[in-house]
Amino acid sequence: MDRVKRTLAPYLLVLPGGLWLLLFFAVPMVTMLSLSLQEGDIVNGFVFTGHWQNYTESLADYQTQLIRSLVYGAITSIVLIVLAFPVAYWIAFYGGKKKATYLFLIMLPFFVSFVLRTISWRMLLTDDGVLLHPLKSAGVLPDDFQVLGSSSAVVFGLVYSFLPFMVLPIYVALERIDPRVVEAARDLYASPMTSFRKVIFPLALPGVFAGVLMTFVPASSDYVNSELLGSSETTMIGQVIQAKFLSNSDYPSASALSFTLMAVLLIGVFAYARALGTEDVMKVAAR
Amino acid sequence: MNGRGGRLLHVYTWVLIAWLILPISVMILFGFNNPSGRYNQTWQGFTLKWYRDVFALEALTDALITSLLVAVLTALIAGALGTGIGYALGRWQFRGAGALNLLMFAAISSPELVMGSSLLSLFVSMGASLGTVTITIAHVMFSVSFVAIVVRARVVTLDRSLEEAAADLGATGWTTFWKVIFPIILPAVMSGVMLAFALSIDDFVITNFTAGTTETFPLWIWGATRVGLPPQVNVMGTMIFAAGVLFAVVSNVRSRSKRKAAVAA
Repeated sequence: MDRVKRTLAPYLLVLPGGLWLLLFFAVPMVTMLSLSLQEGDIVNGFVFTGHWQNYTESLADYQTQLIRSLVYGAITSIVLIVLAFPVAYWIAFYGGKKKATYLFLIMLPFFVSFVLRTISWRMLLTDDGVLLHPLKSAGVLPDDFQVLGSSSAVVFGLVYSFLPFMVLPIYVALERIDPRVVEAARDLYASPMTSFRKVIFPLALPGVFAGVLMTFVPASSDYVNSELLGSSETTMIGQVIQAKFLSNSDYPSASALSFTLMAVLLIGVFAYARALGTEDVMKVAAR
Repeated sequence: MNGRGGRLLHVYTWVLIAWLILPISVMILFGFNNPSGRYNQTWQGFTLKWYRDVFALEALTDALITSLLVAVLTALIAGALGTGIGYALGRWQFRGAGALNLLMFAAISSPELVMGSSLLSLFVSMGASLGTVTITIAHVMFSVSFVAIVVRARVVTLDRSLEEAAADLGATGWTTFWKVIFPIILPAVMSGVMLAFALSIDDFVITNFTAGTTETFPLWIWGATRVGLPPQVNVMGTMIFAAGVLFAVVSNVRSRSKRKAAVAA
């Protein structure tokens, strides 16, 4: 009796949480897949007809927004590597006893609602706001200079929103480097530049890869930044999906777009992970 | 390594931190602003009246209460379910553990937009009415894996001989868990619970899809951006920020002094 209880114990413990994930994560994906192949409207209801044209039609209509989102996501990740690496490097190698404090400062934005932070930026970047107005009256910028509404403003917002997700994994990877390895390189007459390029950077790569995974997916599926900082010229696929689901109740084509986005991101993530080897990435991501 | 490069990086790190903090400072500052019109956009003078009247806007206060309610429920439910998963995964090797890990990884790395829209698809197909219940279901779904990971990380470091010692002294599995194991993993469980609370109270995207006409704090802000945000939003944002920072600092200091005490002993 006791042995049976022992072998059952892990299953009993896992059951409620596992079921929750199955019912509210896995099952909804199936529902959405089914919905993406249905026809009808909100008044008369939707019927499953295997209408795969939902995919081709919505893709034809919104491929610009889909591609734009992937491009914004990619640019965001690249800019983030450049911005975050030196900070992670400095904290890992020069942070001393204050490493935890610096990491805490990097994570401070998490204590403010995502929407509220983005609204703050909109206020700061507005045409006659505190940042642009002085520059305009000083004649540094032309009077009709605008930041809001441009692609740069949206990417700026995305970079801001996801910066901590790039700093942390790179920091974790750098932190684990044995200082003796770097000393050995120096003892063997490697210049600081060479030891960085040949020793430190390769060892930090798993962190960079994890950072890209953690920023590219949320950045390319975001709709808050482009809605608040962008214009009709910067519409991202997230805005299209959100509007179709929540304003137009056009569920089938919204589901088709949502699924396409998921598939594109998953294929991208898998191809990327295969090309680079998942093991190290997962190890860093798991921390 | 050379000193000049280090100093340069030091300055750069602080510039980046300043950039991260800039919009937060603006949010806090404009909670003290005294705007003449509806737009709280330019500095007009210092006032404390929004702190006095912070709960004057009923709909906003209701939204904040909904947010807090959902966050507490999420923390409790996801805390319990996630601890179960985390303990089982850390303690035993069992069939299905790999599938569960994969499911958790998928739930963590899927775009929020896709999880939110698929949940909406489910609720719509079931004819469920959207509101606090569906928001809580969604929040537990996306935070349970985080709790499980935090708890598992602690459980795998547990010394197995503790359990054996308890068994030798005649304790049943149940007693051993509650009297020996649980007190040890409690700090990890608590950080999991707090993480779930923080994830829930800040969430916008998944909530946007599963809320229907119910409003949480971030949803209310989103809806009000077009007509201009009242300074009360800044005050509430500041209070949430201050509470979060205070909590993080206090729990960090406490765990540090405990570690020091352990070393001294």
